[in-house]
Amino acid sequence: MSAAAEAHHHGPPPIHYSSRISPPVLGMFLFIASEIMLFGSFFTVYFFDRVANHGVNGHWPPPGLHRPVFVAFINTLILVTSSGTIHWATTSIKRGNRAGLQAGLALTFLLGLTFLCTQVIEYHRIGFNTSDTSFAATFFGLTGLHGAHVFVGLTILLVMTIRAFRGHFSPEHHHGVELGGIYWHFVDIMWIVVYVTVYLL
Amino acid sequence: MKSPFRSERDAFWFVWLVIGYCVLIVVGYKIDHWLGLAVFVVLTGVALWFGVLRGRGERPIRQAPAPSPPDEHRILVVANETVGGPELLAEIRERAGGRTTRIHVVSPALNSPLKTWTSDEDEARQIAQERLDASLGSMRSVGLDASGEIGDGDPVQAIEDALRTFRPDELIVSTHPKGRSQWLERGVIERSRERFALPLTHVVVDLDADRS
Repeated sequence: MSAAAEAHHHGPPPIHYSSRISPPVLGMFLFIASEIMLFGSFFTVYFFDRVANHGVNGHWPPPGLHRPVFVAFINTLILVTSSGTIHWATTSIKRGNRAGLQAGLALTFLLGLTFLCTQVIEYHRIGFNTSDTSFAATFFGLTGLHGAHVFVGLTILLVMTIRAFRGHFSPEHHHGVELGGIYWHFVDIMWIVVYVTVYLL
Repeated sequence: MKSPFRSERDAFWFVWLVIGYCVLIVVGYKIDHWLGLAVFVVLTGVALWFGVLRGRGERPIRQAPAPSPPDEHRILVVANETVGGPELLAEIRERAGGRTTRIHVVSPALNSPLKTWTSDEDEARQIAQERLDASLGSMRSVGLDASGEIGDGDPVQAIEDALRTFRPDELIVSTHPKGRSQWLERGVIERSRERFALPLTHVVVDLDADRS
C-alpha cells in the first residue's frame, strides 16, 4: 500500500503472509497446540497419580480394576483406519474425484461413530466408576476428554460430509476438508498416546 | 512461520510416525521398564532434533515458472538495503536493453528472530516499504516499467512467493559485499540457484563506497 493510500486507509492493516503456511492451516495448528496443552494437563494428573500411588500399592492399576485392553486395541485400529480414509478423501478432492471424497468422508464418519459407540458400551461394562479410585477418575478423565474430542470431530465430519454431497468442495477450494482432516488426525494421534499410556504402560 | 506441518498430508504421515514411536516405547517397556524410559528419551530427543533441523531447512524445490509473454522480458529483483544502489540500477538497465521489460522488485521485510517471536514485523515492513517506494521511483524516473512488493523475511522464500504471481525470465539478487552481507553468509545465492530453475545474476552493491 502506498503512503498516500495508507493516509486514507481506515480499519485494520492489510493482510500479509508468506506461502510457508496458509493462515487457516496455521490457525488450526495453533488451536491444536492449545489442545495438546489441555491433554498435557490431564496426562500430568495421570502420571502424578501413578507415581504417587504405585509405590504404596505396588500394582498399577490398583488391584481389582481391569482395563479393556483388547477392545481398546480394536478401537485403536478403527481410529487409525479412519485416518487413512480421511486422507483418501482429501487426496481424492485434490485430484477432482468427488466420489472418492464423499466415500472417504462417509467412511470416516462411520468409523468415528463406531469408535465412540464402542467406548460408551465399554464404559457401561468396565466395572468401576469415577468415584472408585483416583486411577478410575483419571482413566475416565483422559478417555472421556478424548471421547469429547471425537464427538466434536464427528460433528465437523458430519458438516464436511453434507457439504461434500452438496458439491461445495473442488480441487481448488477444499480448505474445509484439509482443516477437518488435520483435526481428525490430531484426534487419532491423541488416542494412540492415550491408549499406550493408559492401557499398555 | 516455519512449521514442519503444512497440510493434511503432513499430519497423516505424522500419525504413522507416532504409531512407530509408541510401538518402540511399548516394546522397550515390556522388556524392561527402564529400557522403555530410555527408548522414550532417545526417540523424543531424535524427534526434537529432527523437528528443529527441518524447521531451519528449506525444502529443495526446483521451480520453473511458466515463461512470460514472448514480446515482454520480465525480471524479478530481490533486494532490501541495497535496493536503491546504483550498481543494481545499472545492471537492470543493461539487462533490459532496448526490449520491452517489466521489472518486479521484492523487498524482504528483514526482522530479527527475537522481534519475530516477541513482537510483530510491522516496523520491518514499513522500512522495507520506504526503501521499495524510493527504489521504484528511481526506476520509473529512468523509464523502466517497475512494480514491487514486500516479501517474506527469508529472501529465498520471498522469491518463491513472488514466483506465484509474477513469471520472470530471470532473477537478480542484490547484496552487500562479502563480509558485510548476511544473505551471503546464509548462502542465499547458492540456495536460490539450487531451488529455482531460472538464470540468476548476483549484483554486489557497496553502499559505503557509493556514499564516499
